[in-house]
Amino acid sequence: MSAKTARTGAAAAAPGFPGDANLRRRHLQERGVGVVLIAFSSVSILTTLGIVAVLLFESIAFFQEVSPVEFLTSRRWTPLFVEKHFGILPLLTGSLLIAAGAALVALPLGLAAAIYLSEYALPRVRSVLKPVLEILAGVPTVVYGYFALTFVTPHVIRPLFPTADYYNALSAAVVMGIMIIPLVSSLSEDAMSAVPRALREGAYALGATRFEVATRTVVPAALSGIVASFILAVSRAIGETMIVTIAAGAAPNLTLNPIRGVQTMTAYIAQVSTGESPHGSLEYRTIFAVGLALFTITLLMNIISARVLRRYREVYE
Amino acid sequence: MSARSDETLATAPGAPHPAAQRDPSRFRPRLAARRRGGTIFHLVTLAATLVGVFVLALLLVDIIRDGAGLLSTDFLRNSPSRLASRSGLRPALWGTVWIMVITAVFAFPLGVGTAVWLQEYAPDNRFTRLVQTNISNLAGVPSIVYGILGLAVFVRAFALGRSVLAGALTLALLVLPVIIIAAQEALKAVPSSIRLGSYALGATRWETVRYHVFPLALPGILTGTILALSRAIGEAAPLLLIGALAFVDFVPRSPTDPFTVVPIQIFNWVSKPQPSFHQLAAAASIVLLVVLLGMNAAAILLRNRYSRKN
Repeated sequence: MSAKTARTGAAAAAPGFPGDANLRRRHLQERGVGVVLIAFSSVSILTTLGIVAVLLFESIAFFQEVSPVEFLTSRRWTPLFVEKHFGILPLLTGSLLIAAGAALVALPLGLAAAIYLSEYALPRVRSVLKPVLEILAGVPTVVYGYFALTFVTPHVIRPLFPTADYYNALSAAVVMGIMIIPLVSSLSEDAMSAVPRALREGAYALGATRFEVATRTVVPAALSGIVASFILAVSRAIGETMIVTIAAGAAPNLTLNPIRGVQTMTAYIAQVSTGESPHGSLEYRTIFAVGLALFTITLLMNIISARVLRRYREVYE
Repeated sequence: MSARSDETLATAPGAPHPAAQRDPSRFRPRLAARRRGGTIFHLVTLAATLVGVFVLALLLVDIIRDGAGLLSTDFLRNSPSRLASRSGLRPALWGTVWIMVITAVFAFPLGVGTAVWLQEYAPDNRFTRLVQTNISNLAGVPSIVYGILGLAVFVRAFALGRSVLAGALTLALLVLPVIIIAAQEALKAVPSSIRLGSYALGATRWETVRYHVFPLALPGILTGTILALSRAIGEAAPLLLIGALAFVDFVPRSPTDPFTVVPIQIFNWVSKPQPSFHQLAAAASIVLLVVLLGMNAAAILLRNRYSRKN
């Protein structure tokens, strides 16, 4: 409502009707509330700008002392030793090794669970199993870390692989895989449930069995949502900190052997921040350089996931 | 698929299926075999679903077996100590309470305000879409990156030090996107006839939101906020960067005091080599899971009560 109509309204008002002054007050209030709400909304923008600014600012200072070429190509990461090397490759392979292991656990299990919940489960079974699976995503990651270190490593990994290190990538990867199952299963199931009934009925009419309907009609039709959930789950695995810090160790080995200890990007950041690296020192700045790499990788994966979801979605009306 | 598949591939589009061209008696549906395969697949997907449930049960049993024996009022009342037998959770529990209250005080109004703006006020323009995209991207940023932001901005630039306030502000930014998205969903669920009715009676936009839309959306908003805070309660990584790992054997008295929280205390104990400290970590995990269970139950109750009313 513009100020002009407000004034006409007041002029037409009967005596005793809360007129002009009240309307003006309400308009001021309206404008004030709008300003406050925009200010609130800008906090989320400022958060992003803050993250980018902080990471870039300290990383630039870092790269003035360490060449980006060394950062990206050196095969050793020893910033806390006397003989310093700043190659992020061991941390990157550590993160990727564990994320790949977690994906090997979570993608098949999550997809199968999604197919079961969407295509096979009776509504009553589904209404119990789905929330129980989602509890897996709500368990604090330190508790998973405890489970990986004190149960999975001694009672599962070491009986199978007696030469496994006490801190090893496999244990962290398996437990993290369990943690991200609900991410895959929930998002994939949403995508499958959105496949219209007519497509299923059509396949049944052609003589397909339930298995064929699930795997050759529903899954292909929901593929964009499934792939998006896969990417999102792997991105979550790369960004997770506590399980890997507790169970995978703090040794930045450049290895693809899952029964050895590795250090991920996140575990390194946690390790340095719990030590006493003086503010402004090169060790302190490694937090931001590694953080920048971590942020870039996860952001790219999240953007790709959103793109896949939007770009390749079959739109059913 | 059998050998028939290459025949199928060789068929020109539009031509009748090879099975129909030839003697119909050669058509073999092999229904029994396909059904059997389907049953096996059914069982495999069921088994895959139960793997998650089984591991969850295993985890709970493991933690209860390791830690339940240590649970006592002394465990909740004592401070951490060099002796495992005298260690307790008191400073960490109070630290968690402090952090949660201050996080909620900042994150709730900011999150709900942003959601109201996006849902009720914002014009559909580039800025609005930027804010919206930005929020979904923020929801995917690893929590430790928020810790880096908190370290550089709240601990250093704002000179809050390694305090309760610095930790709570960091967690507030972490849960903000989650609260915004949940509040938006709750606001979206309010039918537009409510808004139109209010406008028709001459209410301003704010009066419509304040007296009609917001009260209807409130249960959904509260449910989402409780779930978001229950995520924050279990977070350790961002608070590690804020410096909550230091040995704290006292209860914080003001927002500027140093602090520790339950997940950090668990991390602290599990990092020690002695098994006696691992048991303390298990006991603290039980406490943390019970708190989380309580919060989730509250959220579910709220949601159920609300949906019965409608």
